[in-house]
Amino acid sequence: MIVNRKPLTMWERLYLPAIAGGFKVTARHLFRSLFGGKTVTMEYPEQKWSVPPDYRGAPYLVRDQDGNTKCVSCQLCEFVCPPKAIKIIPPGPVGPLANRPNAEKMPLEFEINMLRCIYCGFCQEVCPEEAIFLLKDYSLTGLSRAEMIYNKEKLLALGGEHGGIQKWKHKLEEAKEQDTFPVKVRPNES
Amino acid sequence: MNWNFIIFSVVKIAIVIGVVQGMVAYAVLAERKISAWIQDRVGPNRAAPPFMKYIPVVGPALTRLGIFQPLADGLKFMLKEDFTPAGVRKVYFWLAPAIAVIPSMLVVAVIPFGSQLGQQKMVISDLNIGILYTFGIVSLGVYGIVLAGYAANSKYPFLGGIRSSAQMISYEISMGMSVIPVLLIVGGLNLSHIIGWQAQHGWMVFYAPVSFIIFLVASFAETNRLPFDLPEAETELVGGYHTEYSSMKFALFFLGEYSNMIASAGMMVTLFFGGWTLPFWGLDHPAATLGAGLAHILIFLVKMLLFVVLFIWVRWMFPRFRYDQLMDLGWRRFVPLALLNILVTAVVLWMKS
Repeated sequence: MIVNRKPLTMWERLYLPAIAGGFKVTARHLFRSLFGGKTVTMEYPEQKWSVPPDYRGAPYLVRDQDGNTKCVSCQLCEFVCPPKAIKIIPPGPVGPLANRPNAEKMPLEFEINMLRCIYCGFCQEVCPEEAIFLLKDYSLTGLSRAEMIYNKEKLLALGGEHGGIQKWKHKLEEAKEQDTFPVKVRPNES
Repeated sequence: MNWNFIIFSVVKIAIVIGVVQGMVAYAVLAERKISAWIQDRVGPNRAAPPFMKYIPVVGPALTRLGIFQPLADGLKFMLKEDFTPAGVRKVYFWLAPAIAVIPSMLVVAVIPFGSQLGQQKMVISDLNIGILYTFGIVSLGVYGIVLAGYAANSKYPFLGGIRSSAQMISYEISMGMSVIPVLLIVGGLNLSHIIGWQAQHGWMVFYAPVSFIIFLVASFAETNRLPFDLPEAETELVGGYHTEYSSMKFALFFLGEYSNMIASAGMMVTLFFGGWTLPFWGLDHPAATLGAGLAHILIFLVKMLLFVVLFIWVRWMFPRFRYDQLMDLGWRRFVPLALLNILVTAVVLWMKS
């Protein structure tokens, strides 16, 4: 395609119309921002952006609808974590007593080092119990490195409730139903 | 030993340098704020000393205007690590920022910033060769940049220094020649006499407009300001001649550039726009009262600030000149134009007499 390139007129060759146009544009923007308040700046922290769904923030442990913790200390998240931010101490033969149906194993200690976490979401993907989720926290600060290693209490407190499939509760109910499974007896059998 | 003269000169020098440095710090802030508003954003609006938020209305308003940002900047420059790279000649490395700053401070000595306060003339030295002195000192400014570029022992600053020195030398010629019609019209080199002439006959910009335009564009080139920004173009030369310098030395370069800008604005106001006079309200004459003297100083400062705002404003209007376009403009268009200007002015003056 042929671009129509007209030669510049004498006036245009002096660049004076271009200069005047430049002054107009910049003056317009100047007065609009200064007196009209139409700046594109988002003044954090007074104005914050809205976090989209599925945003990969900081990982926290969650409870289900009944307030039970979900983690069964399988240590899958510890093994899949790329920067090795998660450290779990499993309960061993004598661990804390369970306070929820059917899932007795609970981690003795669960630590995530927030300074190592890369917010990849692998732990959330691999957890079979839906116990760890990457929630919407994006600005974490602390005054020391020790402060930024979150232990189980802090993770649970920050995680809040994230109800889901309560599979152990349903499995317990199914097992109980099987105790009284109605067996049909065929009639006329001797 | 005229002790009176010496003491008053020292006081004037101290006050002028203090005021110019203060204006430089706030010129940096003005640049950041004005360029932010032109670009649809807000400039610095957070820096404040801790007690500011308790002062009812004025505190937050001043903070949002960014008034305390230069203090934070100054503190940063003083507390940063002053790093000398390996392989540089230490003498030149340490000397270059000083040589860059000194000429800009020296130029301010001849600019009359007021008429008089009481018996004291408001100019540090009323030289009879004011303009010649100015152009001599401005030519010294090239040395600082060349030395900075050479001393840093690195490719990018070296290229930046070379480009800058070539640019500055080219435009000094047209700048000097563009002022000659002004001198022909007025008949002398003394800056106070030029202002006196303008008070009688009106501003010089109406008598020598081509001179003014050449001087304006050449002072953009002299101070390495956009659109003649090539020596410090960030996209091409990383930082140009001040890449390798940190904290205080970088602050000195910055100071030198902005005080060069302020001195050029002052020269333009003095030569073409009447200095400290205004055509009405009887402000053309040297001040008889203290109030009129202060009013003259204020007028000069306001005019100078308008030119500094012009410098800042033009930065965001044009793309940068390519190096060969820059040299082309300096040598092939401005020098003939300035010569023609001198010729025409001389002929007109000859025909009038």
